[in-house]
Amino acid sequence: MQQILLFIDRISTWIGKTFAWCIAILTFVVTYDVVMRKLGRPTDWAFDVSWMLYGALFLMAGAYTLSRNGHVRGDVLYGFFPPRLQASLDLVLYFAFFVPGILALAYAGVGYAETSWGFKETSNNSPDIIIYPVKVLIPIAGVLVFLQGLAEIVRCILCIKTGAWPARAHDVEEVDVEELKQMVGIKDGDVAGAKP
Amino acid sequence: MSKGIWIGVASLVLVIIGIFVVFLSADHVTSGHYGLLMLALIVVAIMLGFPTAFTLMGLGMIFGFIAYQMSNPSEPWRNNQIFSLIVQRTFGVMTNDVLISVPLFIFMGYIIERANLIDKLFRSVQLAMKNTPAALAVATIVTCAIFATATGIVGATVTLMGLLALPAMLRAGYDVKLSAGAITAGGCLGILIPPSVMLILYGATAGVSVPKLYAGAFFPGLMLTVLYIIYVMVRAIINPKIAPKLNAEELNTPWREILVNLAKSFLPLALLIGFVLGSIIAAWATATEAAGIGAAGGIILAMAYRQLTWERFKEAVFLTARASAMVCWLLVGSGVFSAAFALLGGQGLVENWVKSMDLSPMQFMLLSQVIIFLLGWPLEWTEIIVIFMPIFLPLITHFQIDPLFFGIMVALNLQTAFLSPPVAMAAFYLKGVAPPHVTLNQIFAGMMPFMLIQIFAMFLLYMWPDIALWLPAQQYK
Repeated sequence: MQQILLFIDRISTWIGKTFAWCIAILTFVVTYDVVMRKLGRPTDWAFDVSWMLYGALFLMAGAYTLSRNGHVRGDVLYGFFPPRLQASLDLVLYFAFFVPGILALAYAGVGYAETSWGFKETSNNSPDIIIYPVKVLIPIAGVLVFLQGLAEIVRCILCIKTGAWPARAHDVEEVDVEELKQMVGIKDGDVAGAKP
Repeated sequence: MSKGIWIGVASLVLVIIGIFVVFLSADHVTSGHYGLLMLALIVVAIMLGFPTAFTLMGLGMIFGFIAYQMSNPSEPWRNNQIFSLIVQRTFGVMTNDVLISVPLFIFMGYIIERANLIDKLFRSVQLAMKNTPAALAVATIVTCAIFATATGIVGATVTLMGLLALPAMLRAGYDVKLSAGAITAGGCLGILIPPSVMLILYGATAGVSVPKLYAGAFFPGLMLTVLYIIYVMVRAIINPKIAPKLNAEELNTPWREILVNLAKSFLPLALLIGFVLGSIIAAWATATEAAGIGAAGGIILAMAYRQLTWERFKEAVFLTARASAMVCWLLVGSGVFSAAFALLGGQGLVENWVKSMDLSPMQFMLLSQVIIFLLGWPLEWTEIIVIFMPIFLPLITHFQIDPLFFGIMVALNLQTAFLSPPVAMAAFYLKGVAPPHVTLNQIFAGMMPFMLIQIFAMFLLYMWPDIALWLPAQQYK
């Protein structure tokens, strides 16, 4: 069971991290466009490429974010609940809200992408730029998030059984105290010794 | 489970009972009532801690589906309008040209955070402030203001300053509460001072131009910083014991050395922020263009300080992807939710109800700010902006309140929520790195005066709206 969980995590992570690089390309494209405009040679593709990179970035990172429990949740009460109660609530709400919402997105996305693919849709701004591949990402993202949701559902069940949340793969965190300590060169003794 | 949780659970039960009472007492249940039910359920579901993006999406999908099916019973379920609404709202978030700047600003923030600038920044500012009363506390607030503005990450700013400034202040004999208050209050300034992501989300939701919002938030943010500094200085003058002077060695640092330090560690970052912000406010560049330049500038800056390893760059990329996905999926969810809410006619019901109360614009403004302040306890600012702003906005137009001014007030207000116990995240970040003898209660007590200053700042802004509105009026002249 644990193996399947980690496998789904790995797929989401791999796809999410691959598409994460869109931000580096996006930074370059926007900067390049600004510089070229100042030189009097504006590009006609930067605008479309920018929104496509941004759209692909957040769509395809959705499952990755879910696999790291990174979607914002109100933890005023939740944070204080014991793990079993947390898992039971999550389990119910995954079926009540997550499954219908994401399935609808994936289902509707297929039709939407099909139509766009059918006439090889191009951008309104410049007819040379195709946009149907980006629309195809919508149902793909829906399916990926749904798969990751299944993994989260299994996590809930495991947690209800054992009373503790199953481990997640280690990843970089926004506030990793140990890492920040290392970065600014502070040892534990320095802080603890700071008595007035 | 502690007492606090039972109070929380009890209040949830009260909300649910309240829903039933409203439903049973209504003469005939219209679809608008289902809209209100949906709104009440969303608050309950968020309190239960389920990821908000999916709560919004699921509730919107279910209620929207029912609403359409009820009014078009003969249509097959496949043709239900909610399906096309879901993809359209998703695609709408993807093609929103204001929101492209969100991942770029987040990226800039993570790069600068990982560039390890804060240490030198703090030391140089601290020496430059050596002759002012409460030198370390003032330096803390100034460093926080600059660093939080550049990164916009409250957690990292408070944690880093907790590691650097808190031990420094405690060793120098500073009062624990004053030190904790300066760090937590200063760390939250990045929420308000542009380029802040909160204002972009507000702009995208309310249809207000981001450059105008940035121009509008500039002086209120500056005012708040100055008020904080005045407060710690006055405290130190009244009672010098809580903020002793720096030691002789630091006091005797020659000015030449101080200036060189400032030029090396303070100036480049200040120039970068000034350039990014200035080009937006002066309307030379769109928010997206400035954000792109800012991210590129951040990379160059980090490379110039020889702090940008490949590992840190990768981390910044991955963190940006997760933070952007979090914000944007939330927007997708709220798009679906508000579409369903409108389909059910819940919006009309709320509007009629508020209009029937016959409030003056002043009363409405106060009432809405109080509601937002209260929502700031259980909810995150992202949730408040994307769920509740669409409901407030038509009412703002009705009461002829400037949505720009309203946005600045909301931003200032939500800042306050960051400092209000017992949910203030800043306090928990600080507690996480503080020496063991610093208690959470001391941190909360230290935050209180700063929270009062924020309320005072809101009062000032309300009395003199020109603090916010003067600069936007100078744009595009």
